[in-house]
Amino acid sequence: MTAKRFPVESGHILMFARSIGDANQIYYDAEYAKKTEPGTIIAPPTFVQASAQFDPDYFLRPKIGEPWFGSGKEPTGIKRQPGGGGGGGGGGGGLHAEQHYEYHRHPRVGDVLTATVKPGKTWEKEGKRSGKLVFSESITEYRDQNGELVVTARGVGVRTERPVDQK
Amino acid sequence: MALKKKELKIGDTYTERVVEDLKRTQIVQYAGTSGDYNPLHTDEIFTTKVAGYPSVFAHGMLTMGMTGRMLTNYVGDGRLTNYGVRFTSQVWPGDTLDATATVEAIRSEGGQNLVDLSITTVNQNGVEVLKGTATARIDA
Repeated sequence: MTAKRFPVESGHILMFARSIGDANQIYYDAEYAKKTEPGTIIAPPTFVQASAQFDPDYFLRPKIGEPWFGSGKEPTGIKRQPGGGGGGGGGGGGLHAEQHYEYHRHPRVGDVLTATVKPGKTWEKEGKRSGKLVFSESITEYRDQNGELVVTARGVGVRTERPVDQK
Repeated sequence: MALKKKELKIGDTYTERVVEDLKRTQIVQYAGTSGDYNPLHTDEIFTTKVAGYPSVFAHGMLTMGMTGRMLTNYVGDGRLTNYGVRFTSQVWPGDTLDATATVEAIRSEGGQNLVDLSITTVNQNGVEVLKGTATARIDA
């Protein structure tokens, strides 16, 4: 995900923590956070994934005036489906196969991060449950307002030939 | 809160139930906060009729996020230096997940004490849905 400006906001962290079922006070209570080792509200370990919100071109968000592939009157809003349905941190359609984070420090409220994406390797594998698998990797560097590296993320997405067999 | 080198040993484990009977609403919540609005996670009609899956399913990142809660509860806030996972099976509404961290190594690097952990998250049928590793700073 590319985001020129990803402001780390307290309301966003509160809601993100709720959505992963994490009631830790360090994610919403500034007074409590002051007394902890980080000394301030920090983001949960997977929070940078939410930089998608600040990527103007993120393809898994409906955009005003553009067709959307989810259901409305019809089961899908567009004629042709991209593969098994899109998604994943590795870029491209398909499913999310892997995600890795290296924390140089943990993002905190008030940071304004910039996310820069570099493509990584691609490789193929024959899968038992979903046919041919095409993996693609992307590396995202999250830097703060001072240009310092905060988090390095490596995502791997996989496109499947057919939906994953549930048997 | 942080782990102490002198109190840790290889093979120590820590487990938390990170979700019980996962609700579609929680998946919707996660779509809203993460910004990943892929209909595969929230749109039952699209997912069953167009994509060909039996139901909507959770974002892999929701499972990683919930598993991350187990990790930060174990190692303390702001202590992780690495956290990486593979999504090994899909997570469905109704699933109950238990996440476990196991101490694999205790080491020092540049004067900093670290613990290396392996991570596994399994569903109510014992199927592993996430497998990974993490490293955290620990006290002496």
